[in-house]
Amino acid sequence: MSGEKASGELLQDTIVEVERYEARALPLHHFAMDRRSFMKSIGGGIAILIVAKDALAFQESGRGGFRREEMPRAIDAWLHIAPDGSITVFTGKVEIGQNIRTSLAQTVADELHVALDAIEMVMGDTQLTPFDMGTFGSRTTPQMGTQLRRVSYAAREVLVGLAAKRWNADSKMLVAENGKVTDPAGGRSLSYGELAQGQLLAQDIPAEDPVTSASEWKIAGRPIHKIGARDFVTGKHKYPSDMKLPGMLYGKIVRPSAFGATLESLDLSGAKAMAGVVAVRDGDFVGVAAPDELTAERAAAAVKAQWKTTPQSSSKVLFEYLKQNAESDPQEENRFRQSKGSINEALSSAAHRVDATYTVAYIAHCPLEPRAALAEWNDGKLTVWTGTQRPFGVRQELMDAFHLPEDKVRVMMPDMGAAYGGKHSGECAVEAARLAQAAKRPVRLLWTREEEFTWAYFRPAGLIEVKAGANADGMLTAWEFHNYNSGPSAIATMYEVPNQLTEFHPVKAPLRQGSYRSLAAAANHFARESHMDDLAHACGMDPLEFRMKNLQHARLRAVYQAAAEQFDWKGRKKQPGHGFGIAGGIEKGGHIATFAEVAVDRASGEVKIVRVVQAFDCGAIVNPDGLENSIAGAITMGIGGALYEAIEFDNGRILNPHFAQYRLPRFKDEPEIKVVLVNRKDEPSFGAGETPIVGIAPAVANAIFDAVGMRIRSMPMLKKGVLPSEA
Amino acid sequence: MARVTHLNVNGVERTLDVDAEATLLSVLRDQLDLTGTKYGCGEGQCAACTVLIDGYPRHSCRTRVGDVGQRKITTIEGLEKNGELHPVQQAFIDVDAMQCAYCTSGMILGAVSLLDHNASPSHAEIVEYMNPHLCRCGTYQRITEAISLASKRIKEKAS
Repeated sequence: MSGEKASGELLQDTIVEVERYEARALPLHHFAMDRRSFMKSIGGGIAILIVAKDALAFQESGRGGFRREEMPRAIDAWLHIAPDGSITVFTGKVEIGQNIRTSLAQTVADELHVALDAIEMVMGDTQLTPFDMGTFGSRTTPQMGTQLRRVSYAAREVLVGLAAKRWNADSKMLVAENGKVTDPAGGRSLSYGELAQGQLLAQDIPAEDPVTSASEWKIAGRPIHKIGARDFVTGKHKYPSDMKLPGMLYGKIVRPSAFGATLESLDLSGAKAMAGVVAVRDGDFVGVAAPDELTAERAAAAVKAQWKTTPQSSSKVLFEYLKQNAESDPQEENRFRQSKGSINEALSSAAHRVDATYTVAYIAHCPLEPRAALAEWNDGKLTVWTGTQRPFGVRQELMDAFHLPEDKVRVMMPDMGAAYGGKHSGECAVEAARLAQAAKRPVRLLWTREEEFTWAYFRPAGLIEVKAGANADGMLTAWEFHNYNSGPSAIATMYEVPNQLTEFHPVKAPLRQGSYRSLAAAANHFARESHMDDLAHACGMDPLEFRMKNLQHARLRAVYQAAAEQFDWKGRKKQPGHGFGIAGGIEKGGHIATFAEVAVDRASGEVKIVRVVQAFDCGAIVNPDGLENSIAGAITMGIGGALYEAIEFDNGRILNPHFAQYRLPRFKDEPEIKVVLVNRKDEPSFGAGETPIVGIAPAVANAIFDAVGMRIRSMPMLKKGVLPSEA
Repeated sequence: MARVTHLNVNGVERTLDVDAEATLLSVLRDQLDLTGTKYGCGEGQCAACTVLIDGYPRHSCRTRVGDVGQRKITTIEGLEKNGELHPVQQAFIDVDAMQCAYCTSGMILGAVSLLDHNASPSHAEIVEYMNPHLCRCGTYQRITEAISLASKRIKEKAS
């Protein structure tokens, strides 16, 4: 960490926006050894490596590319069959509650033809696993899942080939099943472990290997429960915040009084006088480490720091701010602007016209486990255990902060207490490492809830302006959509409209913002599907009928129909204060339709979501149990952003950084949720951690309108927990 | 400064030497290595830190260790008996009532206490009792289901 670089600036450097950085990250993994040394280092056996797609141009093509002795430069994942028969998969993806440890193991077991419990997954360890950009963007299932299936297919072929050679038999007559290669005619078999004995076989494969189609899956496609569940219900699993080393100290950071504040004066003497306490100042970074947590808290409280602050914006004027501070980079504008037809003419000639503005507040991810890191220095080498979606990104941050080469930093990611897009960055790891460097002992740092609310980053707030028109028959004719700051995810309408203008306007944001489950797809769906509801009413049509009339996308139509049937949309009966609403969309390979019933008490302003039906199609389903769990979870999380959650800020301070002041969905807020899984075995599998969150807010807004005739165009819809007296 | 030298945890008398002002949460996790009890907010708002004290759920993050005295503390590590999981633990596995599972320890202890005091809770009673527990992954429906399943199994075993 450089002396003059403030921690605040350091944090700013790490702002992430998936849509932008996804494109420029490149595989960087290098095996600094030849194949033979590599195989010896892992104890022999068989290793199958999948070469990163971008690197294929530099590789010899084809199976068994052994013409070069050095290892491939860029590897996405690999699988090892040890001479003792143990099977280990190495991937840089991480487990954050989305249960990919289970679904990826299912995929490997399925294609390798072994029992699920034979697979061990090594994940998110920068020393052991190949480079991976990070676990985000719902990329694990479509990319890593497919790659591991190909790796497993290749491994099975190698094993069959080895057996055929050993028996001098035709490999076509052999069967790989239950962890063994069998020769039915010869009545003989060899286990995978036996076949791996005496081998030093490293083979890389290109990405085009065939894979078993979903209709023939045996282990994938089944409702497998979370792997290692017993460790979670007995408290044995070690999360990042549970990591411990002998002689470890407990860290505490002295935070600036406001965002961007700089240190004016500092007195560390009170903290330093305490037994066993180490106090550090480095630029505007101030922290302490102590033998126990209570002493660390007392030492931090004893630090006298004066901060110089600068005037900053407020959530009270947030939406005016966003409109006024749109960045006017013409190149960016072109990139985020799409148009067709003649929007102005179409708008002015529309038989039915609806114009409206929607707002979306800043919200916090609130993973139940705040940021945590344990850092240890050993002979100039830094090892950090931390909760992050991007272990390799955190490694880079540590390399930058401490001017270290790649081989001097190891980051490990124990399965953590969730993230939801909120843990892409490594600030806690950097802080723990800086304290450990000063203390010359390992230091563990666990952010407080208030720190997690304040010093992490937020889901971007947004202002969305929509103008739209339909003809007398209820066909959409014009659609103009401007999003300020939320982001461009799912900004394009999936309905058929001949005249369109869609534009994302980046803004110089007033708060540190980054990715959040589904990115801007939740905001853009909220505005679009609320607006579609308004248009349906303007046209005097049923909201479902209106959507279907303007929709050709077959898979989206199918989930609308599946949800409508389960919900009994046609048979719905109006009761006083009750309302029904629908919403749908497409994002990241997922197709979603959400139907909601709400009960509104107009006198008290209370809104209760009574029931939700959500149909979802993400292609061939790898694990229906995990998928259902994730979808129900996304609906629940989405209720928070829809009804309650909003970060309040003023002049560089967060005003509600506590659960007592920031309402999250609880047991009492949970509606009856019915998930309808549309399993498309004929389609590739896509991820489902994000898109299931996008339907609930507009479905609820539309249901509130149906119940009481009030159109709420802001997320959250409630103010202080109740419906405002007027929209 | 007052010190605490004994704690009764999971039926075992533990000796230690900690400041009485320390939170029970930090003592369990850092001194006794019982890390199944989790920090979630430090403010008694999420119940991830729930332990049972004389059979009642308490927020260990808001409990001074000096205030515990000789009362009996049960943590998630103390529920398994002779290799057999508590019916609530088993039900959480069987229903797959977890995602990241960081809230699971607190949820299970809350549910154990509920069933100890009300063997046949209705859905509404489960929701009311469990409402202080936060699951940000949104697994509430399955957790409610798991508690109902555990209730049913406990009653079946008793009869």
